[in-house]
Amino acid sequence: MILAAASLAILVALTLGVIRALRGPTVFDRVLAANAIGTGAIMLLALIGFLAGRPEFLDIGILYALLNIIATLAVLKFFRYGDLSHPGGEEPGGP
Amino acid sequence: MVLLTLLAAITIGIIRMRNLFAVVVLGGIYSFLMASVMIVLDAVDVAMTEAAVGAGISTVLMLGVLHLTKTQESKPKHTPLLPLFVAVATGAALVFGTFDLPPFGLADTPVNLHVAPYYLENSLRETLVANVVSSVLASYRGFDTLGETAVIFTAGIAVLLLLKGKRKLKPGPKRRRIGR
Repeated sequence: MILAAASLAILVALTLGVIRALRGPTVFDRVLAANAIGTGAIMLLALIGFLAGRPEFLDIGILYALLNIIATLAVLKFFRYGDLSHPGGEEPGGP
Repeated sequence: MVLLTLLAAITIGIIRMRNLFAVVVLGGIYSFLMASVMIVLDAVDVAMTEAAVGAGISTVLMLGVLHLTKTQESKPKHTPLLPLFVAVATGAALVFGTFDLPPFGLADTPVNLHVAPYYLENSLRETLVANVVSSVLASYRGFDTLGETAVIFTAGIAVLLLLKGKRKLKPGPKRRRIGR
């Protein structure tokens, strides 16, 4: 019962995230919304795992978390340097 | 149901958006939502693939492509009527094809009678893999999977070579800055 209620709450959160991603005026809003939706998907995965009596879904949730952070880091690095193979470190526009 | 509504909203957003950078981000969101739908449908392995390929690798690859092209989508030069007609006709044909399918989950359909019982009964004894899907993919169809992997590996090498050639033609100082 409490798991179902939590799942519904997470669905509402996902909806809010999608609204922000669609309306967000800047790219940062969208990136943040993407990150939040990824987190929501992880929690939904875990909750459904417990609802279905298969808590080993948590392992897949860890994989989702790794993917989420890789995607977010890639987007942000691209936004900062305009290039994924940039070594990073110095300010863009330097040598 | 809610997830499917969100998927539709994201799709419409992707179509209407002109900034390709935002489209890439929305594509990642779409993949995560799609993975959630797969989980609700109890297909966890497919969901894992969707999340890994759609949200992880595709986002990174699309950003790499974006680095080589412009970040604003140009206005379409032709009317969308013919593509719309082709898409609707294909969809209608596919829906028409589903009318001949047997009811979902029926036990005595051909797909459930031919090889699936054999795999279900013998795969653990023959391959010692607990997951039946994994045993079929990696053991019974091992050469098939090996071929697919070789094809993807070759494609990756080809793309890397193409990108390397492009880099040398375009020297560094002329590189555009994106997003500012």
